[in-house]
Amino acid sequence: MAAMTSSLTALWPMYRSLVGLGVICTVCIVAVVMVTTPAIKQNQQDAMHRAIFAVLPGTTTIGAFTYDSGADAFSTVVQGGAGSTLYVGYDPQGQLVGVAIAAEGQGYQDKIKIIYGYSPDKQTVIGMRVIESRETPGLGDRIETDSAFQANFIALDVRLNAQGNDLVHPVELVKSGQKTKAWQIDGITGATISSQAITDMIAHSVSTWLPRVRDHIAQLEQPHG
Amino acid sequence: MDNQQATSADTFIKGLWRDNPVFVQVLGMCPVLAVTNSAVNALTMGLATLFVLLMSNIMVSLLRNWIPKEVRIASFILIIATFVTLVDYVIQAISLDLHKNLGAFISLIVVNCLILGRAEAFASKHPPLSSVLDALGMGTGFTFALLCMGSIRELLGNGSVFGWALFADSYQPWVVMILPSGGFFTLGVLMLVINRINKRVALSNARSEA
Repeated sequence: MAAMTSSLTALWPMYRSLVGLGVICTVCIVAVVMVTTPAIKQNQQDAMHRAIFAVLPGTTTIGAFTYDSGADAFSTVVQGGAGSTLYVGYDPQGQLVGVAIAAEGQGYQDKIKIIYGYSPDKQTVIGMRVIESRETPGLGDRIETDSAFQANFIALDVRLNAQGNDLVHPVELVKSGQKTKAWQIDGITGATISSQAITDMIAHSVSTWLPRVRDHIAQLEQPHG
Repeated sequence: MDNQQATSADTFIKGLWRDNPVFVQVLGMCPVLAVTNSAVNALTMGLATLFVLLMSNIMVSLLRNWIPKEVRIASFILIIATFVTLVDYVIQAISLDLHKNLGAFISLIVVNCLILGRAEAFASKHPPLSSVLDALGMGTGFTFALLCMGSIRELLGNGSVFGWALFADSYQPWVVMILPSGGFFTLGVLMLVINRINKRVALSNARSEA
């Protein structure tokens, strides 16, 4: 009995210290999360908006739509709702400039996330920005910084065929400096895998999204659904 | 009194050079090598570590008589992890880009042996004031070392420091310097230089005494 009491007395300070610290630390973390969450959300939204304005030149207002693949329908975005989001840019006259579509795929190091702008009028990709990547500095990260590579996405031909279910010419990657057709992407020397990743992401994403945009273009042309 | 003041000054100064956490103690090599590819990243990482080190030293020192020695490591880690989480969220709130660049390394401050090392070796045995000085000294020494590495690597690897281009456009950057291997090269050269300086100082001190 005496032994048990003494072991309990020895345990109490340990218990007190671990549980006490745990509780205090939890309270601190919860407080900081609550304080910083609005600023972090705002930062994420700002970054997204900057990217959208960049890939849809001439845009002054942005609308967001959620696509429900089950119902094959677009709806205006519900806060926190599920489904994939598509952003639509309008010029000062309220005319549709284009749609901004997010895409992601495996790069050389890690997942790459991009957003690209598509103009239904011109049937071309009109801009591309990398949102998240951990590609090799100086090599793979030139998908973000190399102006020659970025120039591929100013007028990339992604015309749909007559049935509207596939591209007339699939987007393809060629070696640096060998681009001859509007649907080709000039790769970056030394960053073939990263360039290929971007090409695949866009090729895959346009074949999924362009038919949807085409089918629902009348709805997307109206700001705010 | 004079002696005591000298001791507290020494508590601060030792971390800057004589016991510099990076160049002399070779602690916390993971962030030293991984995030010093630009001056901004290096400075942010250094300041984040300084903050966590300062706060954990204060807490550990205040609670040093309250935490039983059997569970001290777990308690220290709990304290450190809490402050790291706070820093992680604050950096996200300040700048997402910065947070993106530092990646997982902010969370990894938890396992930076510099911080646990100072908690165990110093703060758990000294009163709060000395622990603050110790943390400031070690943290500044760590930040200084990271900033040296970051500036050199960014200058050679990208031709700029803090994003300001310092070389003409004709400069061909040494990409290797901002890749992981560049971290090892820079650290090696810096340690060579610092050991050389220390040796010379020791030699001239010995001569003047003789």
